[in-house]
Amino acid sequence: MTVSDVSPRPADAGAAQTPLLEVTGLTKHFPITRGVRRRQVGAVKAVDGIDFTVARGETLGLVGESGCGKTTTGRMLTRLEEPTGGRIIFDGRDITHLSTARMRPLRREVQMVFQDPYSSLNPRHTVGTIVGAPFRLQKVQTEHGTKRAVQDLLELVGLNPEHYNRYPHEFSGGQRQRIGIARALALRPKLIVADEPVSALDVSIQAQVINLLEDLQGEFGLTYVVIAHDLSVVRHIADRVAVMYLGHIVEIGPRQGVYERPQHPYTVALLSAVPVPDVTRRDNRERIRLQGDPPSPIDPPPACPFHTRCWKAQEVCRTVTPPLVEMAPGQRAACHFPENAPDGPYEPGTDSIVAPAS
Amino acid sequence: MNRPVEQWASMVPVDDYAPTAFLDVRDLRIHFPTDDGLVKSVDGLSFTLERGRTLGIVGESGSGKSVTSLGILGLHKGQHARVSGQVWLDGEELVAASPEHVRRLRGKKMAMIFQDPLSALHPFYSIGDQIVEAYRVHNEVSKKQARTHAIDMLGRVGIPRPSERVDDYPHQFSGGMRQRAMIAMALSCDPELLIADEPTTALDVTVQAQILDLVRDLQAEFNSAVMIITHDLGVVAELADDILVMYAGKAVEQGSAREVFTAAEHPYTWGLLSSMPRLDRDRQDRLVPIAGSPPSLINVPEGCAFHPRCRFCELSAPLSLTEVPVMTETTPGHGVACHLEPAQRRRLWTEEVQPLL
Repeated sequence: MTVSDVSPRPADAGAAQTPLLEVTGLTKHFPITRGVRRRQVGAVKAVDGIDFTVARGETLGLVGESGCGKTTTGRMLTRLEEPTGGRIIFDGRDITHLSTARMRPLRREVQMVFQDPYSSLNPRHTVGTIVGAPFRLQKVQTEHGTKRAVQDLLELVGLNPEHYNRYPHEFSGGQRQRIGIARALALRPKLIVADEPVSALDVSIQAQVINLLEDLQGEFGLTYVVIAHDLSVVRHIADRVAVMYLGHIVEIGPRQGVYERPQHPYTVALLSAVPVPDVTRRDNRERIRLQGDPPSPIDPPPACPFHTRCWKAQEVCRTVTPPLVEMAPGQRAACHFPENAPDGPYEPGTDSIVAPAS
Repeated sequence: MNRPVEQWASMVPVDDYAPTAFLDVRDLRIHFPTDDGLVKSVDGLSFTLERGRTLGIVGESGSGKSVTSLGILGLHKGQHARVSGQVWLDGEELVAASPEHVRRLRGKKMAMIFQDPLSALHPFYSIGDQIVEAYRVHNEVSKKQARTHAIDMLGRVGIPRPSERVDDYPHQFSGGMRQRAMIAMALSCDPELLIADEPTTALDVTVQAQILDLVRDLQAEFNSAVMIITHDLGVVAELADDILVMYAGKAVEQGSAREVFTAAEHPYTWGLLSSMPRLDRDRQDRLVPIAGSPPSLINVPEGCAFHPRCRFCELSAPLSLTEVPVMTETTPGHGVACHLEPAQRRRLWTEEVQPLL
């Protein structure tokens, strides 16, 4: 595959050690207003103080269910939303409250791939215009012209460069997702935030796009933050995983540790709920059935956010917020009564229904 | 699903024998004439389903699985669709029946749970009103009795405080609760056949687990026949007794869930199994996707519809390029539509496909 002619930025010798992304106390509260004067009566605490780092070349998977705050986190990393608290340090620079003008040159380095391949591409623009837009907006000149650079990108992601003048509706969902990836790659960013990059695609196409993302990461030394609810996909692609619940990170650690020896009860429940394509396991699978729905982020429970649905909850869980503590090498969980710390590996056993302890 | 071998073939004369199964679909074809050409959404589908059992229909976009379920419910009648073949439900044939007759059966004898409850439920009416309406269409009861029944159903599907929530509108429920409400509505008239079209795709994984458990429990209670349509092999493994894999409007593999998962015979099924990242296996370095994309149903490839994407196409060429493969039984109860030799297929499965799973 030919590589686009955008000149690579010189590698920084000392940068290999520092993380590419450092997030501390990141918070986003959306105000709820009432009345003509729009006074604030409450807030949706979408993200409520999270910390994590992402090393260069690594893939961090951010998993959780609807309403946990993962998409909002992704949008804050790309500064499509401005945090209401905390800090984001990208490549040594504090980008938390940068103005739009200051942020613009940084958009060459942080890019986003969106979930819905149907609404994330302008239907009135040709593919060539869409993928060429970054060059135009950032006023980047390439050696052989933008068109050639765009065609190289299309080829890179497995599309036919001759389709330069086609419109998005002429492509399938998987192909449109590839167009979105080509657009994100145009200026050789350092970090790509992928928000549910494959969930809207058919199973066989998902595999193609996942392989593509992995190949591109190897070829261009990209760093990814992949936001997803599909735990099987995240396990395949991520080096480290952070599990979110109601705006908090409840567990974070290396992929193998989190999947094989999950510590937080929510992670355990989440993993046990994933249907596996193995008929022989059907009858003797340990399934933790969480009762009810997650609480609202407008009125989150005090102390541990998970205690209302946790089968191990005790009085202390209602009064003292558990800190994110390292329970195994590199793996941290926020729980007063973690699983798997001394008890040995997680294994399927007999089916059990568990109700929240009251 | 023990049918004589000749019944597998999609060109068998369909009215030669009386139906024995509760749901018996024979050579169902649903074609839509459009300006661009004839869309052959379902092109010769045959299968059976008994009460108390679950059939999983697996396929991707454009396989015809949703059109199949709508066709069984008679929702393509009187529209522009051309429907042929037979659908026997409890001894009654539905394709030739009048739309009026089939409408009376819908809700009562057979019911459907749709994929996206937010768009399937009417936003202007409360959940209670919608369940009451469904119940009163099929039963001579007063509004009060119907309302009591609605509250009872909501409670049965696990909605807390049903007597309060019965007057709420769909948008006031969370995704999981909406899906439960839709299940309550579908089950309110005790249907004998329940069709669930991607019932959990729009839901979170923990809620999905609750819904799947609910469907399983309710099936045991009502002894209904359940047809679950999905692209998620994990969901199918959890719920289905039998599996039917569809591709481009036709069935390519049929058999018990155990057989299909442990001894799959069709290259498309192999492709689906290999291309999924799985939690229960060691992590592979690379997924093995199926090359290409599902075909347009207007221009279905000649011969075997899967041949342009099949890794093993050359082994059965030129037959796969010219002749449509016919569903044939390989082991008892397990059928596949493929030109590869059975011995060849089994060798490929054990040597090339299974080790990578």
